[in-house]
Amino acid sequence: MAFCTGCSLLCDDIEVDFQGGKIKKTMNLCRKGHAHYDSLGVDRLAPAVDGSSVGIDEAVSAAAEVLAGAENVLLFGWGNSTLAAQGAGVKLAKKLGCVIDDPSSYSQGLITEKILAGDFPTCTFDDVRNFADVSIYWGDDPSSSHPRHMSRFSYFPRGEKRQRGYEEDREAIVIDVRKSPTAQIAADGFFKILPGGDGEFMEALMATLGGKIPKVEDKKKMLNLGTKLRKAKFGVIFTGPGLAHSLGGDLAGFASLVGRLNELTRFSVIPSLSDYNSRGFNQTLFDKTGHVNGVSFKNGVDHGPEFGIAKYLDACDAVMVVGSDPAAVLPGTLAKKLAKVPMVAVNSFKNLTTDIAKVTVPTAVAGLEVGGSALRADGLRVEFDAFVESDYLPDVEVVERMMEAV
Amino acid sequence: MVSVMEIYQLLPKTNCKKCGLPTCMAFAVGLLGREKTIEDCTPLLEEAKYEKKLEGLRELLAPILSADATETGMIIHDEKCYGCGNCVVACPVNVANDPKGTAIGRGPVSGKAILMVEDGVVKCVNVDECRRFGPNKVLCSACIVTCPSKAIEFI
Repeated sequence: MAFCTGCSLLCDDIEVDFQGGKIKKTMNLCRKGHAHYDSLGVDRLAPAVDGSSVGIDEAVSAAAEVLAGAENVLLFGWGNSTLAAQGAGVKLAKKLGCVIDDPSSYSQGLITEKILAGDFPTCTFDDVRNFADVSIYWGDDPSSSHPRHMSRFSYFPRGEKRQRGYEEDREAIVIDVRKSPTAQIAADGFFKILPGGDGEFMEALMATLGGKIPKVEDKKKMLNLGTKLRKAKFGVIFTGPGLAHSLGGDLAGFASLVGRLNELTRFSVIPSLSDYNSRGFNQTLFDKTGHVNGVSFKNGVDHGPEFGIAKYLDACDAVMVVGSDPAAVLPGTLAKKLAKVPMVAVNSFKNLTTDIAKVTVPTAVAGLEVGGSALRADGLRVEFDAFVESDYLPDVEVVERMMEAV
Repeated sequence: MVSVMEIYQLLPKTNCKKCGLPTCMAFAVGLLGREKTIEDCTPLLEEAKYEKKLEGLRELLAPILSADATETGMIIHDEKCYGCGNCVVACPVNVANDPKGTAIGRGPVSGKAILMVEDGVVKCVNVDECRRFGPNKVLCSACIVTCPSKAIEFI
C-alpha cells in the first residue's frame, strides 16, 4: 500500500511494485497518479547557482543570501509541500518579515477562506460517498483534474445511505462553459453557461428556488433543477477554478445561493484543489493569521489582494517559489515580471520556473521519497510514509536550514 | 461497431447450410458472436466468385478477431483512458463480486473483479464473469456510458 500525492484526493489504496529504482507495475493509480510515480527518476532538479552546479549546502546558503539581501521578499507556492514544511515556511516568512502567498490568491482562495471560517458548510469526501444524493460540479471538471473524484467519492460508488450508487441514488449536475468529460457523464444534468455567466445563472437559480419563473431560455430544465435541489437530502457543491475566476472577488451571490439552499435542505461546499496539499497551506496560514493567502508579516499581519503574487510582483525584489510553477501558470505579462526578479526555486522536478531561477534547491518527493502529513481537499488530515529511499533532503529540512542561515 | 447486416452482405446468401446453420443470416450472427469462424463457410473459401467478398469479410472482421479484443468483444483504447476507474466502480459484476473494494469506490480486493486499473489504464480480467459473456449474455453497457473519454467500446 502506498499513498498518491498526485492530486488533492490523496488516494490511499494504491499498490506499487518498485524494483531497481523503477516502477514495474502500479494498481489503482489513475493516469495522473501513474505519471506522478513514473516521473520519480525523470527531470529531477539539481542544486545550482546562476546555472552552474553546486553542492546542496552551497545552494541553500546562496538561497538564504538572496532572501536575506532583499527588502521585499515573496515566498510563493507551498501546495506541494508537507504540512511541516508549510509550518516552517510561515515561520520563515515571519522571521524575514516578508509576504507569503500561494496559487489560491488567483484561484479558489476566497471560497476556501469562507469554508475555513465556517461561513460555508462543508463535509468530508467520505460523507459525500455515504450520504450525498446531489453533486454539483460548478466550473469544475474532476474527470480531467482529479480522475478518481467521481469513482471514489462523488458519483459512482455505493455508500451507507446510497446503496444504488449512480443508477438511482445520485444526481450529477455540471455547470460549465463547455461540455467537459464530466459533463459527458452527467448527460442531462449539464447546464451550459456563457463565460462569465455564473452570476446570471445563480440569479436564475435563486429565482427558481424562490418559486418564480427564471429568466432563462430553457425554463423547464431550470425548474426541474430547482425541484431536484429542493428535494435533495444531502447536496454537495464542488467548486472549481472556473467558478472562482468567473466571480472574481465577489462571492456575495454564491454565498446567498449556498445560504438559500441550506434553508431548504443541506448543502455543503468542497473546493477541487489542484496541488496535493493546497488545503494544508490555507489551513496552516489561516490558523496562524486568520487569512488563507496573501499575508505580509512586515508590520504585524497584513492581508489584502496587494499581497497576492499578481500584484506583489511589482513591489518585490526577491522571490522564493516552493513546489510550484508560476512561470508556466501565470499570464505572460506577469511571468515576464517574475523572470526579472531574483528567484530561488525549491522543487523536486525541473520546470519553467526552475529554469529561470537564480538558485535552485532540490527536495525529495513527498509521499514517495519522504513521509509527512497533508490535508486532503476536504480538510481530512492524512499521514503518509516514505516509500523509497532517497538522498534528497525533505522540503521541511530545506526550509529549516534556510531559516537558520538567514 | 460492425453490424450483422454488414457481415451478411459479404456472405454468399445462398442458405446452403454447409456451415451447420439454417441461413446465411444465422451464420452472420454466429460470426459476430465469434461462435463461428470464416472457415466454416466452405463455399466462400472454395469458389472463386466469392474472392472479393472473402477479402472484404476478413477486413471487416479483423478488429473482432484481433488480440486487442477480449472474448466479450471489449476493446479498450489505452491512449484515451484516464484511469479514472468509473467503469471499475460502475460495473455491476464488480459491485456484486467485490463489495468491500470496487463497490465503495476503492481498488479491487477480492480478486474477482472484471475491470481494474493497472499502470494508469483500465484492464479487463476474469472476462468470463462479464454479463456479455456466455450463452445467457445481456447487453450491459455500464462501462461504456460511464467512460468520460469513450475509451471503451464493444464490437
